[in-house]
Order: sequence, then structure tokens, then C-alpha cells
Amino acid sequence: MTDSVRTQTSQRVLGLHAVFVYVFFYAPILILVVFSFSGDRLVGRWGGFTFDWYGEFLDNEQLTAFHDGAIWTSLKVAAVSTVIAVVLGTLAALSLERFRFRGQRVFDALLYLPIIIPDVTMGIMMLIFFSEAITFADTYLGFEFAKGLKTVVISHIAFNISFVSVVVRARLAGMDSRLEEAAMDLYATRWQTFAHVTFPQILPGVLGGALLALTLSLDDVVVTQFAAGPGATTLPVFVFSLIRRGVTPMINAVSVVMLVASLLLIALMLLADGLRSVADKSS
Amino acid sequence: MTAAVELMGITKRFGDVVAVDAIDLAIEDGEFFAMLGPSGCGKTTTLRMIAGLDFPTEGSLKIFGDEVGTLPPNKRPVNTVFQSYALFPHMNVLDNVAFGLRMQGLSKSAARASSVEAIELVQLAGMEARMPSQMSGGQQQRVALARALVNKPKVLLLDEPLGALDLKLRQEMQGELKRLQQELGVSFVFVTHDQEEALTMSDRIAVMNQGELLQVGTPEDIYEHPANRFVADFIGQTNLLEGTVEDSSTVCLANGARVQARSDKAVGTSVAVSLRPERAHIAAQGSVDERPAVDGVVDHMTYLGNARVYRVRLDWMEVEVREENRPGAELHEPGTPVSVWWDPGAVWVVGDE
Repeated sequence: MTDSVRTQTSQRVLGLHAVFVYVFFYAPILILVVFSFSGDRLVGRWGGFTFDWYGEFLDNEQLTAFHDGAIWTSLKVAAVSTVIAVVLGTLAALSLERFRFRGQRVFDALLYLPIIIPDVTMGIMMLIFFSEAITFADTYLGFEFAKGLKTVVISHIAFNISFVSVVVRARLAGMDSRLEEAAMDLYATRWQTFAHVTFPQILPGVLGGALLALTLSLDDVVVTQFAAGPGATTLPVFVFSLIRRGVTPMINAVSVVMLVASLLLIALMLLADGLRSVADKSS
Repeated sequence: MTAAVELMGITKRFGDVVAVDAIDLAIEDGEFFAMLGPSGCGKTTTLRMIAGLDFPTEGSLKIFGDEVGTLPPNKRPVNTVFQSYALFPHMNVLDNVAFGLRMQGLSKSAARASSVEAIELVQLAGMEARMPSQMSGGQQQRVALARALVNKPKVLLLDEPLGALDLKLRQEMQGELKRLQQELGVSFVFVTHDQEEALTMSDRIAVMNQGELLQVGTPEDIYEHPANRFVADFIGQTNLLEGTVEDSSTVCLANGARVQARSDKAVGTSVAVSLRPERAHIAAQGSVDERPAVDGVVDHMTYLGNARVYRVRLDWMEVEVREENRPGAELHEPGTPVSVWWDPGAVWVVGDE
């Protein structure tokens, strides 16, 4: 009797706990979405339902202008830095998991530094690095370049390589290396082994790493602010600067759009994954 | 005739560890050859060196007369069936089997035709479209076999291929492997730690321990005339009665008893007389006359159905005696004093080396 009472009580407590956790997670999101439709200029005061803020957002040239609006800047930076970071990060993971070379442990440790270093430190490092590099290039190499989109992309690649290689390495470590031996035993060259066996096996890790890199790049404010030059304002940096000028519910609208975009991205991933496993089963 | 595989002074070191120590071995064409030993004895490393997955530190390795010591695996006319099968999980059965042919540059349709044939050979016809994850262990095993055999290797290497299967399936696959080997007529080199498997399947067996090759011979050779103490103990079961050689036909046992046993060891060498349980007999004390015997007391008896196994305590050790369960077989209760006797030709003298 007491046992069942105890189970009931503990289940109730656990249930309540779960409710708290979900409220904590999702209430802020809900509030954000609700107030993006509020007619009042003050965030947090309900002023009747309106789409005005979405309209203002769409009309904002700085945000939505093709090519140099903040949204396009963000997408360009994210796409380019993700592609390059995925290639380099995957290669780094392969070299660490499948080969033995001099200085491997040092390389291993250094590779994870960007994950550990605080963003602010990384940003200041980038700032100093780029200003030195610009001077160096100007005086010794004889070509000029300034901070701008390129430097943002480079800084994003710098931290994304680490994250991609962590994810890909985990997948590689979980893969049976005998599959590669079997492929080579079956007359595959090293390159064919990678193309036909290793890569299909680590593909989920590579995609996961790419998604992570994309998200981190789209999110980043701190490092970008230090590395960016004129004409390279990404969406999060722009939102941040809006706050300084006083918050309007347009920020809510921008945030909701970003939220929906990320949800769509995840839904696409799940859908692709689901289609693939369906295909696996039916073939 | 050139040997299918020839190892000369093959040594493999991993850092300071010697995994394989200067092995000389020749495997004939068309032979079912087993490499037998406890885990860590170097048998798998030897197989991997033949496959090209590991390179020897020293020595020469030839396949049909061609030196292959440091050739990569894709340049060797051998194929491997891996212990865990190592089927490609993202490919169906047909693509798995066709892989080797495709990598050798065969067209898709030609590879397909041969692969379907190979899949038939291992009795999986109709399963071409299945994924490995949808198959049982035994079926995966057959796919791994087909994937290797479709390339018509000159030597097929098998690394503990039956280790993961349950007893009944294992026995079935043992027969199947033997059938395939005879049908194809190529050499199978088979690594196992299961002495019974090695005995039942092989034409010849190489027994290894701690990186060294201890004995190579037919199953009968190895069981009847083990080269040393380790082989005698590892292959089948035996009682090792310690003693020293007194002359070419007598061994003085640890308790001072002299027994008739032929050996070519030097006088005074410490040896063991290997007495297989099924060749020892048990009788009431005093009832044994001329034949070699030792006295003891029955410690306990295990009933196996087709036989009874007695453990008999001697003054200085225990021995096992296996009596077939024949009608009228005499029973010996625990505690009874008995004599364990044998025919003079039933024992074999083994030394340390």
C-alpha cells in the first residue's frame, strides 16, 4: 500500500517537474511570438493584433535588401563558412582518427581550442590578427585588403572547423574500421575506399556537423562584431544594434522569422532522414 | 609445385611486443589449412599479413611464388572473410557481393551476373535486395563468404568466421565451408581458437602459441603425436604425468613408478607422459597385472550419458578417465581405491619444446 502511494507521489512530483522544465523552455518563445503581433510600440504591452511589425521588417532596406541586406549577408557568410569548415573539419577528423603522424597530440589539443576559448577572447584575437595581417600585407606583400565580409567568413571558418571535426570524429570513432579493411581487401584503392565506404558511413556526422556550423555561424554576434568591417553586418549583429537604439516589436518579428527558418531547416533534415530510411527499407 | 602461401622467417613486432616470431610455413594449393591457438597467439596477425592488412617487420611472404611482403591488400590475389563479417551496412546483398568485381573495373551487368551466381552458391538466392541489418548472423556469414569468393581468390582467408554463430549453425556452416572448399579447389586458410573445429575441418593444422609456430601436421598427427606439452594439452584433453626419461623406452614418474613409454629424448630430461582420458581405463586395485598402471582413489564421477568421466586422485596429482557407457560397464563409487591402467602404446611422451 505505502509503496504504491510512494510511487504515485513520486510520479506526481516528476510530472510537475516536467511541466516546469517545459514552461521554462518554451514560455519565452511563446511570449516572443505573441508580442510580435502586438500593436503597442512597447515590447511587453499588448496593443491589439497587428502584422505591422512584419511589414516594417520587410520594408527595412538594411535588413532585406538583396545582396547587402543583413539577412543576405548572414546567409552568404553562413553558407561559405559552413562549406569550407565542413571540408577542412572532416579532413582534420580523418587525419586524427585514421592516421598516425608526428605532432598529432599537439594538433589534436590545438584543434579544440576555439571551443574552449571565450567568444570575446576569440573576437579580440581576430581583431588584432586582422589588423596585423592587413599591415603586413600592405607593407611586405604589396596588396591591400580591408576588414569586411571576407574577414567575417575567415573567423567563422576558424571556429567552425573545431565543431565540425568533433562531430565527424565521434561518428568515425563509432565506425568499424574493418569495413575499410574489407573494402581494401576487395581491391578498392584508398580513394575508392573513402568514396564508397568511409564517406557514406560518416555522412550523418558530416551533415550534423554542417548543421551545427550553419547554426553557429548564423548565431554569432561577438566574434563577428570584432572581425567585421563596413558593409558586413550580419543579422544578429544588426538585431543587436537595433536594441541599442531602443527596442521595438520589430525585433520580435525578426526573431520569429529566424525561429521559423531554423525550425524549417530541422524539419527538412528530419524529412530527408525519414525518406532515406524509407528508401532503405523498400529497396 | 609452388606453395599457395609461403612464409619464411616472418616476424611482426608492435613496438616492443613480438606478435609473430620468425615463422616458416608453407600452405599448399587446394588445402584446407587451420591456424589454431589461444587468443593472442599471433594467428590473426599472421592471417592479416597474408591479406596485406599488416606488413611483416621481417621475413619474406610469397603467394604462388610472388613476393608480396609489403603490397597493399588490393594488389593481392587473396580475399578475406572477417570475424565480424564487415559487410557494408549501407549496401544491399547484391552490392556487397559485387563490390570486389566493380572495384576491379567490371561493368555493372557483368558484376551483377557473377554476383548472383555467388549468392546462389552460398544458398541465398532471392535475397539480393536485402540489407545486411535485415539478415541473421548465419545469413550475414554467407554473404561475407559470397563477397570474398565471387572474386575467385587464389587463397581464401577466414578469420574466426564461425565464432559468432550458435552451436547448431556453426556445425552446419562447418560442413558448408568444407563443401565449398572441395567444390572450388582453392586453399582456405582458417583461423580459429576452437580445436575441435580445426580437427574436424582441416587437412592440416598449424598450432601457435605466443607468436611461435609449435607444430604443423594433419589433425591425426597433432592429436596422436603432439610436439610438446602445450600442444598435447591444447588439442583435446589429456593427463600429463610428470616424470624423467630413464631410457629410450622407460619413464620414471614423479612418484617413482616406472612406466613403459617410448621417447627419443635424452636420458634425464624432464618430460610428461600424455595419457588421453579415453585411452585410460579404470579397474579395482590389484586386478591389473602386466600393464602399466598407477594407483589412486576415485574422487568423483561425472555422468555424460554416452560415457562416465572419473576423476582419480593419485598421490601427487589427479587424472581423468573416460569410460564409454557400454552395457555391463563396471561402476566405481567415489572413495574406492582403483588402478588406472593403459596399453603401453596408448601414451605419448612430450617435453617442454
